[in-house]
Amino acid sequence: MARAITFLLNGAVETVSDVPPTVTLLQYLRRNKGLTGTKEGCAEGDCGACTVVLGDPEEDGAPRNRAANACILFLPMMHGRCVTTVEGLGRNEAPGQHGAALDPVQRAFVEHHASQCGFCTPGFVMSAYAAWLEQEPLDKRSVDDLLAGNLCRCTGYGPIIDATLALNGTAPPDRERAAAMESARQLQEAADAGSLAYEYGGQRWFGPTGLDELADLYQSHPGATIVAGATDVGLWVTKQHRRLDTVIDIGRVRALNELTVTGETLRIGTGVTCTDAFDAIAGRWPDFGELLRRFGGRQVRNAATIGGNIANGSPIGGSPPGLIALEGTPVLREGESRRRLPLEAFFLDYGKQDREPGEFVEAVEIPLDTGAEELKCYKISKRFDQDISAVCGCFNLRIKDGAVARVRIAFGGMAATPKRASTVEAALLGKPWTEETVAAALPAFADDFAPITDMRASAGYRLLAAQNLLRRCFHESRRPLHDTRLVGREAAFA
Amino acid sequence: MTALPARKAATAAQEIEGGVRTARVHDSAAKHVSGAAIYTDDIPEPPGTLQVYLALSARAHARIVSMDLAAVRASEGVAAVMSAGDIPGTNDVSPMAGDDPLFPAAAVEYYGQSLFGVAAETVEQARAAAAKAEVVYEELPALLTIDDAMAAESLLEPPYTMAKGDAAAAIAAAPHVVEGRIEIGGQEHFYLEGQAALAVPGEDEDMTVHCSSQHPSEIQHTVAKVLGVPNHSVTVEVRRMGGGFGGKESQGNLPAATAALAARLTGRPAKCVYDRDDDMLLTGKRHDFRIDYRAGFDDAGRILGIEFDQALRCGMSWDLSGPIADRAMFHADNCYSLPDARITSYRCKTHTQSNTAFRGFGGPQGMIGMERAIDHIAATLDMDPAEVRAVNFYPHKDCDDDKGKIAPYGMAVEDCIVSDIWSELAETSDYAARREEIRERNAASPVLKRGIAMTPVKFGISFTNTTLNQAGALVHVYNDGSIHLNHGGTEMGQGLFVKVAQVVASEFQVDLDRVKITATTTGKVPNTSATAASSGSDLNGMAAKDAVGKIKRRLADFLAEQYQAKPADVRFEADRVYIGGESLPFDEAVGRAYAARVSLSATGFYATPKIRWDKATATGRPFFYCAYGAAVTEVAIDTLTGENRLLRVDILHDVGKSLNPAIDLGQIEGGFVQGAGWLTTEELVWDDRGRLMTHAPSTYKIPACSDRAPIMNIRLFDRGENVEDTIYRSKAVGEPPLMLGISALMALSDAVASVGGYRIYPFLDAPATPERILFAVERVRVGAGAAP
Repeated sequence: MARAITFLLNGAVETVSDVPPTVTLLQYLRRNKGLTGTKEGCAEGDCGACTVVLGDPEEDGAPRNRAANACILFLPMMHGRCVTTVEGLGRNEAPGQHGAALDPVQRAFVEHHASQCGFCTPGFVMSAYAAWLEQEPLDKRSVDDLLAGNLCRCTGYGPIIDATLALNGTAPPDRERAAAMESARQLQEAADAGSLAYEYGGQRWFGPTGLDELADLYQSHPGATIVAGATDVGLWVTKQHRRLDTVIDIGRVRALNELTVTGETLRIGTGVTCTDAFDAIAGRWPDFGELLRRFGGRQVRNAATIGGNIANGSPIGGSPPGLIALEGTPVLREGESRRRLPLEAFFLDYGKQDREPGEFVEAVEIPLDTGAEELKCYKISKRFDQDISAVCGCFNLRIKDGAVARVRIAFGGMAATPKRASTVEAALLGKPWTEETVAAALPAFADDFAPITDMRASAGYRLLAAQNLLRRCFHESRRPLHDTRLVGREAAFA
Repeated sequence: MTALPARKAATAAQEIEGGVRTARVHDSAAKHVSGAAIYTDDIPEPPGTLQVYLALSARAHARIVSMDLAAVRASEGVAAVMSAGDIPGTNDVSPMAGDDPLFPAAAVEYYGQSLFGVAAETVEQARAAAAKAEVVYEELPALLTIDDAMAAESLLEPPYTMAKGDAAAAIAAAPHVVEGRIEIGGQEHFYLEGQAALAVPGEDEDMTVHCSSQHPSEIQHTVAKVLGVPNHSVTVEVRRMGGGFGGKESQGNLPAATAALAARLTGRPAKCVYDRDDDMLLTGKRHDFRIDYRAGFDDAGRILGIEFDQALRCGMSWDLSGPIADRAMFHADNCYSLPDARITSYRCKTHTQSNTAFRGFGGPQGMIGMERAIDHIAATLDMDPAEVRAVNFYPHKDCDDDKGKIAPYGMAVEDCIVSDIWSELAETSDYAARREEIRERNAASPVLKRGIAMTPVKFGISFTNTTLNQAGALVHVYNDGSIHLNHGGTEMGQGLFVKVAQVVASEFQVDLDRVKITATTTGKVPNTSATAASSGSDLNGMAAKDAVGKIKRRLADFLAEQYQAKPADVRFEADRVYIGGESLPFDEAVGRAYAARVSLSATGFYATPKIRWDKATATGRPFFYCAYGAAVTEVAIDTLTGENRLLRVDILHDVGKSLNPAIDLGQIEGGFVQGAGWLTTEELVWDDRGRLMTHAPSTYKIPACSDRAPIMNIRLFDRGENVEDTIYRSKAVGEPPLMLGISALMALSDAVASVGGYRIYPFLDAPATPERILFAVERVRVGAGAAP
């Protein structure tokens, strides 16, 4: 049982026992370590100025590197991980002009004029660095995804894209890998791989490693806040300035990080991140994959979990509309007992879920009987990437002999919770899949939904757009196929 | 730029490294990428530094009945609580009009206004303490929108008009008339680095302030005014900003004054850094506008007379709204010669953030009014808007039509080259053929529709307040030949420092590495103007050149005497100084001059010539010259959802003879994307209580990486050369390219119009969010009687 937070910071072991557990990694870096290269631009994981690279030691000993938003990660979540900040780059390089030792990634940014005011630059460099370490192949389209979580207000992005693409085909030198292996080794020696129990200033942090341990712990601390990637709970602290007395971090429970296919069911453990769930979902349901691709920026997807996205009960959802359309079922666990219920039934009202004290989401199970093209997911937002839906519509439609044989439609952004369009479904089920049927079903949207007006869209827009998404769905089932999509999968004008 | 190159052999290269016209990287690039560039909040805090938090008003308009701060004072870690009664000097942080209290004494005038300040050991303590205040408000009626203010006739001053001829009569006599209204939303600056200031008290009544400001002199004067000390007691230093865009021209006054006040009251250093939400709630933004237009024109689309009524939301106080509103009027003509024109400006006072400078400074909104009118005229005549634009251009600079060159405010537009740019861009972008192709293909695409537009930009360069067009510089040459450069301009990412350093390198004919760029400080160059109005390199480049010239003359006099030559025979070339047939390395010449007791330090000064402006008669020559450009943007929209994206952008822009082509291209690309963002995804939303609902990047959406058009062809106009005697005949580049983004809005309107077979004008307002586009599509469909 570890009592202190131990991690590797730019290659050096860092052991911390004297800060509150809800201090963010960014605050720690800037205030306690004087590492001011990592910036605060928003403190909500939306601008990427705080991007660092987290290395998680894998079984072969080498760390797997991912970009993360330091502004909403709590420091205890670093236990047992390698943290690299912008100051950690270039430390294996020879000093160049003006005494600066620059990494190849940094050099590419300089050479391509990729910085103007420079405030966002360390974040972009770190996002590119993570991809370069992992040798992620990049093209003009995927580089947009890589950098969607980093905002720049000066350059218009062109030079940043060019700098990042210039790294294609260049590999990190052996010494970089050797240093990473050495870091992982040091970490293994220094950090207790067991559970973490940290306390400071009356605030407690638990980082269990076993599933049963977690269940017991939560049962005895039912008032605790559960954290996985902290992409939501982090904001409770940085934006709402709430004090969290007891936190249970499920990120280190290996059993929750499993994604398995058993029989006709895909089971996604509640600790599986959006990044790690992507292949399994996108491979089966490409449209759902596209929805996940537009879930936050890369840094958010690297931390956020599907389970957390369910458990936090956002009215928008992100993944829940897709999961509901697929008949996803959360598995709730309390102590030794488990129960299952339809996801749409889990969401009771705004901010309220069917979850007892001490009960947590262990996994979500998705039946595999929906075909790749039977599921259509559409997300409408002011900006395509890293935005929250104004309306998100997911349609699971099976057309048999020209008629609607099965239909599940779910929307986010249209009610206080992610919600099924039951009346619309009833208006479609069993009917011939024709323009007339679709037109006749449109008024039913007003029976299912009474959306609100907020900063994302007006009620009138939401209702009209939701109806039009059904029409888009119909368009996409017709031949010849017309262009219906501006971005992502099967986009026109690519 | 500290390391000096090794001493060169006599056969050195004939050209210096890094002079003007070379594409040098930003001087801080290596520091940016390594995190070593220090911004205000990165400065190691002196021991005992306090953190200042501002408590914000929770009402848009209310009388403060009582404010009990006892619990705040008693809260853990609190060193000082500051409200209106604690200010030793004047309770005002406004840039001009004296109407922005640091802390209001009696009433709040917007939701988010600074109410009182708390200085504590940590910002968490300060924030927690502030929450313990007991404030009783008596709510008063709040005017939140332009419509509210216009209905209530709530104006900061009477309507102001610029006119040429008799527009009403010209319109009445014209064969065709269009009229309409466009609403244009505001824009949050979203500089990545928020407002920040660190104040360090000194002996006597001295105060040193490190901050993130485009206007160190104004920070100095404001802090002195608030503390009740002479300007000489306050020194303000700005090394760099993490973006400014106009948002740090006046908006830095409040945090700097608050930090300085806390430092004065406690005797300890104090820092005030806004977090993102507070920053967006507290600070002013680009003004939203409502523009009514009425234009009379002939069959060829030539405008005969035009009237604009521009209403803009200034917010709760003047800030810089006066000159911003003026600049909107100055740019109501854009590139077009208007025989008869009237432009009237309504400066609305509302109970919202006091809107402020933002790249373009009103020019973009004025220009959109004109571009909308042209687009509307073209739709009425079923003409290509690009053709209507071209027939209305100001006469080319080489053309004799002097009458046609007169702008509505009386200035002759003598340097117009827009027709050159226009024809070149039309060809390189293949505009006409693409427009045809788009219209053809749209007919066969029921859901997605494309649109295209080509729009020009003319932007007047100079502060319209003539006084501000001055700058100073300070240049030292040390006895080892290294050069210290300082000037009044500030670096916000635009590359000003490297450009001016390139000027100094070229003037001295030494490698750029000899020149050390230093932080802007009021202690070195006094009484400076804001780095604004795109004027940075024009003004400071000339001032630095003046300083270098003085030192060179002294060196020339000295060397001429030494070599028994004439000063006119002394030449500076390629890191050497030539005296007739002889030469010696630059640093050796400097060393000898030092030994002979020659002054190697000089101040430089520049005041822009030729300009004048008389507000009373609304005539004069407010601008030294104009910058020109044009853009073609192609877009696609989804007619079911209103979603939209840019597909291709072609830009040709005039920067005169570029000081640094890489920096200039960066300004053009960044300006376009920022302008297009303003008109598409960036939407500010207030609720009906006047509370800004979009106060963080989760809700306010500036362009992300993928919003950039996949094809962007950006070129400098290679025939460009400033007709006026500017620094190396270059032109200002900071603001003008932002207005190239107007082509995106017009292209979106074109795409929407396709739904009605181009017969119904869409009247698309900005920002063109999916919602505005979808509703415009619906209007056009209904108007055209088309099926959904």
